[in-house]
Amino acid sequence: MLKLKNKFSVERDISGCGLCGIINAKKVKTTGEDIKKAISVEHDRGNGLGGGFAVYGNYQDYAELYAFHIMYDNLSAKGNVEEYLKNNFIIEKEEPIPTSKTSKIKDHPYLHRYFMKPKSDRQDKLFHDLGDDDFVVQSVMSINEKYDGAYVFSSGKNMGAFKGVGYPEDIADFYKLDEVEGYMWTAHNRFPTNTPGWWGGAHPFTLLDWSIVHNGEISSYGINKRYLEMYKYNLSLKTDTEVITYIFDLLVRKHGLPIELATTVLAAPFYQNIDKMDNKKKELLTTLRQIYGSALLNGPFAIVFGYSGGMVAMNDRIKLRPLVAATMGDFTYVASEEAAIRAICPSPDLVWSPKAGEPVIVKFEELVAQKGGLIGL
Amino acid sequence: MIKSSFSNIQSEYLALIDHTKCVRCKRCIQNCGWGTYSFGGDKILSDHTKCVACGRCYTYCPEGAISIVKNPTVIRENGNWKENHIKSIWKQSETGGIVISGMGTTFKYKKYFDHILLDACQVTNPSIDPLREPMELKTYLGKKPSKIELDFNEEGEPILKTKMPPQIELQTPFVFGAMSYGSISLNAQKAMALAARALGIVMNTGEGGLHDDLVPFGKNIIVQVASGRFGVHRDYLNSGIAVEIKIGQGAKPGIGGHLPGEKIGLDISRTRMIPIGTDAISPAPHHDIYSIEDLRQLIFAIKEATNYEKPVSVKVAAVHNIAAIVSGIVRAGADIVYIDGYTGGTGAAPNIIKDHVGIPIELALAQVDERLREEGIRNEASLIAAGSIRSSADAVKAIALGADAVAIGTAALIVMGCHVCGKCNTGNCSWGITTQRPELVRRLDPEVYGERLYNLISAWSHEIQEVLGAMGVNSIESLRGSRERLRGVELTDAELKVLGIKHAGL
Ligand code: SF4
Ligand code: SF4
Repeated sequence: MLKLKNKFSVERDISGCGLCGIINAKKVKTTGEDIKKAISVEHDRGNGLGGGFAVYGNYQDYAELYAFHIMYDNLSAKGNVEEYLKNNFIIEKEEPIPTSKTSKIKDHPYLHRYFMKPKSDRQDKLFHDLGDDDFVVQSVMSINEKYDGAYVFSSGKNMGAFKGVGYPEDIADFYKLDEVEGYMWTAHNRFPTNTPGWWGGAHPFTLLDWSIVHNGEISSYGINKRYLEMYKYNLSLKTDTEVITYIFDLLVRKHGLPIELATTVLAAPFYQNIDKMDNKKKELLTTLRQIYGSALLNGPFAIVFGYSGGMVAMNDRIKLRPLVAATMGDFTYVASEEAAIRAICPSPDLVWSPKAGEPVIVKFEELVAQKGGLIGL
Repeated sequence: MIKSSFSNIQSEYLALIDHTKCVRCKRCIQNCGWGTYSFGGDKILSDHTKCVACGRCYTYCPEGAISIVKNPTVIRENGNWKENHIKSIWKQSETGGIVISGMGTTFKYKKYFDHILLDACQVTNPSIDPLREPMELKTYLGKKPSKIELDFNEEGEPILKTKMPPQIELQTPFVFGAMSYGSISLNAQKAMALAARALGIVMNTGEGGLHDDLVPFGKNIIVQVASGRFGVHRDYLNSGIAVEIKIGQGAKPGIGGHLPGEKIGLDISRTRMIPIGTDAISPAPHHDIYSIEDLRQLIFAIKEATNYEKPVSVKVAAVHNIAAIVSGIVRAGADIVYIDGYTGGTGAAPNIIKDHVGIPIELALAQVDERLREEGIRNEASLIAAGSIRSSADAVKAIALGADAVAIGTAALIVMGCHVCGKCNTGNCSWGITTQRPELVRRLDPEVYGERLYNLISAWSHEIQEVLGAMGVNSIESLRGSRERLRGVELTDAELKVLGIKHAGL
């Protein structure tokens, strides 16, 4: 049976995983071949129940439009959702997402993509003055929540998520990613422990141009979720990854925090370290902890987080999951295992293991990766 | 009316002396605040009717010669007409008065904390060892803005623009509950002040004003303003770290207080700013607060008087409509809301109120936290939960249900020797806690009990760290409101729904 949404009677999905990321700071593109090769080295970190990729820069021709990737259980769900889309969006182009038949991927849902922008006279304008981004977020949440058999798994501009049930290397073949080009890639191999595979549950998890691949379990999930609900986020997927995405969305897009500061919320420095900082920094970080204590991600995690401006890879505050980074020219690589990086970049300029809570941040306008979050403040 | 010569009310306890062990040192005579013992020429006599089982005598008997036993003489058992009903009827028929007692209710209502279980990590996420890794308990009480405001300098570095409202910094999420000078002795207050300072937490003056001896502890004191306005003046408001408006108390919601004139000696009279020997009566309502907008005025009058430098807390009893009430209090501008459950303690309260009015703190807290979140104002105020927090486990569960911190009242008195005999209202407390008799107060050494309070809160804090570690988190804010880490046992669907938790096994 196909499953797009988490209908199991669990509060949330738990999984172990492998992850990879590649970014070229000068926006030189690579095909999906490299990332597939890297993630396939981490084959044993998954169990065939979920694999996926996010790529940035792949929809150059439609860069100004929101690219929705939607999976459907059946054609009637497709009809219902398309009616909603037509009422609220100008759809410039729509088509099935290109796939190839492979014996490894069975039972896939209908996979369709739409390039579109919200109508200026959409119905909700009567009541709200939502910006386009906010309206897209609202639409994604309402489709995922209310339309049975439909699930939006990508909604950003000039980027896309490609994911499903299977090992990531098979998913890459299924979506023909060797023909797709982008300047930033992330990949994920999933090992769920309490739910069977479901297409929607594979990573990356995306919202607008945020994409997250994540290895770990957020032990603070309960309060993170309730905190986000206070800001009207609807956590329908019941996954940790969804929580992380929304926290980034809240902090960066809605509250205007620079990425560097947002990472100090997710993996807050300990008070014993804050107390040693100079007064200004101490005040800033204490205030951040006071205000955003409920957004602290506690428990083991390694995440690779992509957005239109670049990539962030980081660990939890005591590094309970693996994460390795390397640079080679304008390329930065991150992965759960160094072997994954060496598979595609045998002798990098620099290889290191980021410290607990200290993010690796690569921005497109900058040419060097920053090592360590607090240095960047 | 003719005074009848007999009483139906039999002594509840028997103070038995083993005369073969007794060495007639007469310590028991000295120690008992209720006058149970006397010397009969050759042996100690005990007047059982006076014994309240406060435990002082046998604790201090050097020979272990005393045992206090429940009077075995039975009142015929009856599931409907219970002993307390029958005794109250006798008492009231003899006195014509309201039955009053101290401490919290003695009724055995369902204790929800005892039906909540905690989570721990296994395999998929690792637990954390608090002996090896930092485990943060630091807690800030006060209003938090919903978002940070930043400026950026030329280098693009963020500069903090947010002006944080005043906060109380607690090294561990405990505070001592409000107990006034008058209801308890100055030495009992001093013990709490010493412990609060050493622990980096706070105590609360209650409504009895601030004694001069406690002024140096200002950074660790919340000063209270209650309906009697005893001892309230501008310097008083500014002498603590925060100001609390007391609207109600868990043990006696809707009821005022009455400290009889005989307890108002020179010191209390000065501290409360009332004449010696007059009754100190706290009216049931604040006579300037008849509605929520009046509360707002008082909150802001206090903020004006303290230059907006002190958080203002509002203490309320948990009553039926508590969620809406607290929402109103938060909107009225309170920085902290202190919610006191119906099992909370008191110096004196009518039994009918103590035993029958209010609701459990667990349910109140769960609903308040949920309501404030639904309304998007949970950040506007911190929540303190109280009403018989008996252990660190209760504290952990309260925090996971949504409290920022918990308040300790009765537990702190138990540290000082209190045996929860419930006779605080008599002013004879043998332990020197709820009494003003100098010979009794003197025996409570603030240094000794300050240290024991320190020990208790430290021990409980370590236990919380163990629980956090087992849950795989290393900061108390990751537990706060994280109900996903709680499960209920032996609870109905309705109870689970109110608590916002799932049944164990789900
Ligand atoms: S304290 Fe004990 S030994 Fe001393 S007189 Fe009383 S019963 Fe006897
Ligand atoms: S404080 Fe004293 S009088 Fe009150 S219950 Fe405790 S021991 Fe009894």
